[in-house]
Amino acid sequence: MQVPDDRRYSTDHEWARLADGKVQVGITDYAQDALGDVVYVDLPAVGARVELGGVLGEVESTKSVSEIYAPVAGEVVAVNAALADSPELLNTDPYGAGWISEIVPTDVGALDALLDAAHYTALISE
Amino acid sequence: MVDDLVPAAAAGGRAASAPLLGRDTEPTLFELSEPGRSAWQLRTTGVPDLALEELVPEAHRRDSPVALAEVSERDLVGHFTRLSHRQFSVDLGAYPLGSCTMKYNPKICDAVAVLPGLADVHPAAPANCIQGWLELLVELEVALCEITGMAAATLQPAAGAAGELTGLLLMRAWFAAKGDVRRKVIIPDSAHGTNPASVTLGGFEVVTVPSDGRGCVDVEALYSVLDEDVAGIMLTNPNTLGLFEEDIRSIADAVHEVGGLLYYDGANLNAILGVVRPGDMGFDIVHLNLHKTFATPHGGGGPGAGPVAVSDRLAPFLPGPRPTRLGDASSPRFGWTTPERSIGRLHSWHGNALVLARALTYVLVHGNDGLRDVARLAVLNANWLRKRLSSSFDAPYDRPCMHECVLSASSLKRATGVKALDVAKRLLEEGFHSPTVYFPLIVDEALMIEPTETESLQTLEALAGALERIVAEAATPEGALAATEAPHLTPVRRVDEARAARHLVPTFDARPS
Repeated sequence: MQVPDDRRYSTDHEWARLADGKVQVGITDYAQDALGDVVYVDLPAVGARVELGGVLGEVESTKSVSEIYAPVAGEVVAVNAALADSPELLNTDPYGAGWISEIVPTDVGALDALLDAAHYTALISE
Repeated sequence: MVDDLVPAAAAGGRAASAPLLGRDTEPTLFELSEPGRSAWQLRTTGVPDLALEELVPEAHRRDSPVALAEVSERDLVGHFTRLSHRQFSVDLGAYPLGSCTMKYNPKICDAVAVLPGLADVHPAAPANCIQGWLELLVELEVALCEITGMAAATLQPAAGAAGELTGLLLMRAWFAAKGDVRRKVIIPDSAHGTNPASVTLGGFEVVTVPSDGRGCVDVEALYSVLDEDVAGIMLTNPNTLGLFEEDIRSIADAVHEVGGLLYYDGANLNAILGVVRPGDMGFDIVHLNLHKTFATPHGGGGPGAGPVAVSDRLAPFLPGPRPTRLGDASSPRFGWTTPERSIGRLHSWHGNALVLARALTYVLVHGNDGLRDVARLAVLNANWLRKRLSSSFDAPYDRPCMHECVLSASSLKRATGVKALDVAKRLLEEGFHSPTVYFPLIVDEALMIEPTETESLQTLEALAGALERIVAEAATPEGALAATEAPHLTPVRRVDEARAARHLVPTFDARPS
């Protein structure tokens, strides 16, 4: 199970990576493996304001429908439009081409409250 | 000496002996079509042929004929018979699809449902012409109320989800009548997916409560979300883990204390039939899945029926018109009445009436003792399987279950790469229907097995043996590969569910060639 150490993780299995003042958000390798084949991603609207832990979107797999929670509070400034036609990117490249949205965080420091790679690895090994 | 001549009972319930042919894809009717061929014969009627132009004014005629399949009766019957031979059905073998209660449907119920006096009646026939039908419906309502511990019922809802919506509309009407606006309905995280959907459709907001370590509602978490904005709670008892909610009385008291109502999702009623009643547990509204518990046709073989029974205080809100006993002295004795504050109709005419006739037959054939035996044997069968299979799979909640057991293929997946889905697919070619997989959502790699009361010990042995064989084979690379590529022997092999969902092609002529 991959857990790259260039980003932070929520206990709900989202990842968050800060670059140029924006936080890119996606779901972890562990999450995509647990969900199984993703068939549809319901993306947030650009411009939407999200609370920490608020619902950012939904991922539908052949097994279930699960909500994606915002790992930081802020404003959604971009979404990954490629997921509309190729939801399988969440399975094949969850940390890269399968990113979900970009958020300008209300507080950049909020990322520090998330888990680092070592702690997230410990969480999913329980 | 005689004993030596009697063979041991053969493993029952396996459909592996059925001639499930199917090397080739069955063509669609359109592919079988040949211009000018037809399946009707009207040669000696003496009725003159009339041109279409003489019969239908031009404004109502199509520009070109609709493209219908043209096949002979022989080809038509062959097509559907071949398709029917490719089906797995309850009549063919064991069908341990958890949460669905795919029990065998006794044939006597079908025999009653085709009686001309029941089947050949128009639903618009006046009450004085259908006294027998009305008595049947009233009797069924009385029986369902006795079984659930409720005061009155509606037989209209078409199935479980329609029953849920009915229940939520009853909740709405109840609070509206009191001028009490409430927005929230509580649902445990182990609930059937229909529960939150029905809550939303009924105009309420879903509040989810987690399960505790024993697989039951986390009572402290429940107490923390209870307030006067809570219209009610929807519970399945036993829950979807097959576990009885032992705290049900204190849950009921707490919900009633804030003025809320308790809704009983009857999906798992099979487990408690004749043993304990939702009404005695404190529930106010109950739906029953007649197609599960009362052995009427199910799924694609429906239609179903999802009657809703309620406590006395909710009876004035029930859908109408209701079949009613007007009194033995009156003439006619039975008629239709609409409750004074009725939420209206939930179904055209009188619900799926012939399903209701089957259900009453099932109740009468079993009687009180027989219904209690249904529940006891369903629970016994599920526990026998749970115990036997807990050495092959993980048992996330290792305590006595009710009518179904939830196991996990989590360790199997870690050790061999064989997932719950692969086990389910491999089981198909062992001659059994698959159990439910990946539900409840709170169990990783869930396998939800519900044998029902109708399967014999021999069938349970054969089913357990097949599952154990699949697990044992997965230990070798060849065996694991065979499982992940299964099924190999069925007419349709592993389908690509993800691709089908991502690129939906609903018509045959748009199929990729």
